[in-house]
Amino acid sequence: MEHYISLILQAVFVENLALAFFLGMCTFLAISKKVEAALGLGIAVVVVLTISVPVNNLIYNYVLRDGALSWAGLPNMNLSFLGLLTYIGVIAALVQILEMFLDRYVPALYSALGVFLPLITVNCAILGASLFMVERDYAFGESVAYGFGAGVGWALAIVALAGIREKLKYSDVPPGLRGLGITFITVGLMSLGFMSFSGISL
Amino acid sequence: MAELKTKDVLFGPILHNNPIALQILGICSALAVTSSVTVSLVMCASVIAVTCASNFAVSLIRKQIPSSIRIIVQMTIIASLVIVVDQFLKAFAYEISKQLSVFVGLIITNCIILGRAEGFAMQNGPWLSFVDGLGNGIGYSVILIVVATFREILGAGTWMGFTVLPLASEGGFYVPNGLMLLPPSAFFLIGFFIWAVRIWDPDQVEEEEFEMQPHKVREAF
Repeated sequence: MEHYISLILQAVFVENLALAFFLGMCTFLAISKKVEAALGLGIAVVVVLTISVPVNNLIYNYVLRDGALSWAGLPNMNLSFLGLLTYIGVIAALVQILEMFLDRYVPALYSALGVFLPLITVNCAILGASLFMVERDYAFGESVAYGFGAGVGWALAIVALAGIREKLKYSDVPPGLRGLGITFITVGLMSLGFMSFSGISL
Repeated sequence: MAELKTKDVLFGPILHNNPIALQILGICSALAVTSSVTVSLVMCASVIAVTCASNFAVSLIRKQIPSSIRIIVQMTIIASLVIVVDQFLKAFAYEISKQLSVFVGLIITNCIILGRAEGFAMQNGPWLSFVDGLGNGIGYSVILIVVATFREILGAGTWMGFTVLPLASEGGFYVPNGLMLLPPSAFFLIGFFIWAVRIWDPDQVEEEEFEMQPHKVREAF
């Protein structure tokens, strides 16, 4: 149990997807003008990551990896080169299924997340988390913890940035830096703040 | 837009309509690989190859793609091209492909590539789309290489492995700034780069959301 908790904490703070690896930056900068929108997108990312990383983990371990197809009588098969195509397909399909499922059974959540779900397919944070999972060779349980932690970390970062930007619009910024420029510098400062977690080893 | 000139399509995205500085596209993978120039050159070459080829391929079959599944078709084309690039790097530049780790795979979700396929290649012929891919790829590379140059020179005193500023620890004069090798510096550098581009081309400056009221001091009576 302790192992999983430390894995989650590490994914949230030390290896924050947005602020330490710059993943999901496009949406991170585009949808961070209002706190409510940022929160909605953040929750959608947590949900999708918690499902997609374990699913990709199962596919990698039982279909793609070297010798993984031995249960089907094909011990010499190595399909790992198909990884990228498979993961993106799985993510796109999952987002679609999740959208239909929410529409049918949890309409309140669907209307809250509606706009953001399709955006998530092309969010690098989602694909990035799956690729990190493969690179670090997580087991199934670990991949659930990692997916959840990575999602929470990303959500935390975007909500914090939206909070700062809501205040920032009242400040007097030099014309050239207005909008995008000052946002980059703010994110840089936030990322510097998160660096202080990097000394912690769990 | 009756006649799009090849030259405008090629050079437009490099400065006037830069995909990173103006359109905020493709930043995701842009920042993490810029701590050394060599690695970012490889990354740039991969991105240029993928944008050109994907724009060209999407444009060739643009009339056959049903519009309801076009995103999936585009994603499949892009993902296949990235797999080719990934395998190529693993075969011929193994060390660098280890350093790029997951970021080669993340070219798939690089918004520049999907954005250009969707926004340009779906409406234009193969040759123009190819040139547009090249232009946007170069626009992306310019920023990547500028950021990488600053980070490598200020952070390690070298440029592509050659010593530019001799380090104090090796008898030179330059004390390296370790911050430059850490992730946050890339954000600052891109912020300043955007600032510089907007001073040079004031049309890109964004509108202010709130007008500041002039500060009036009322006299006490």
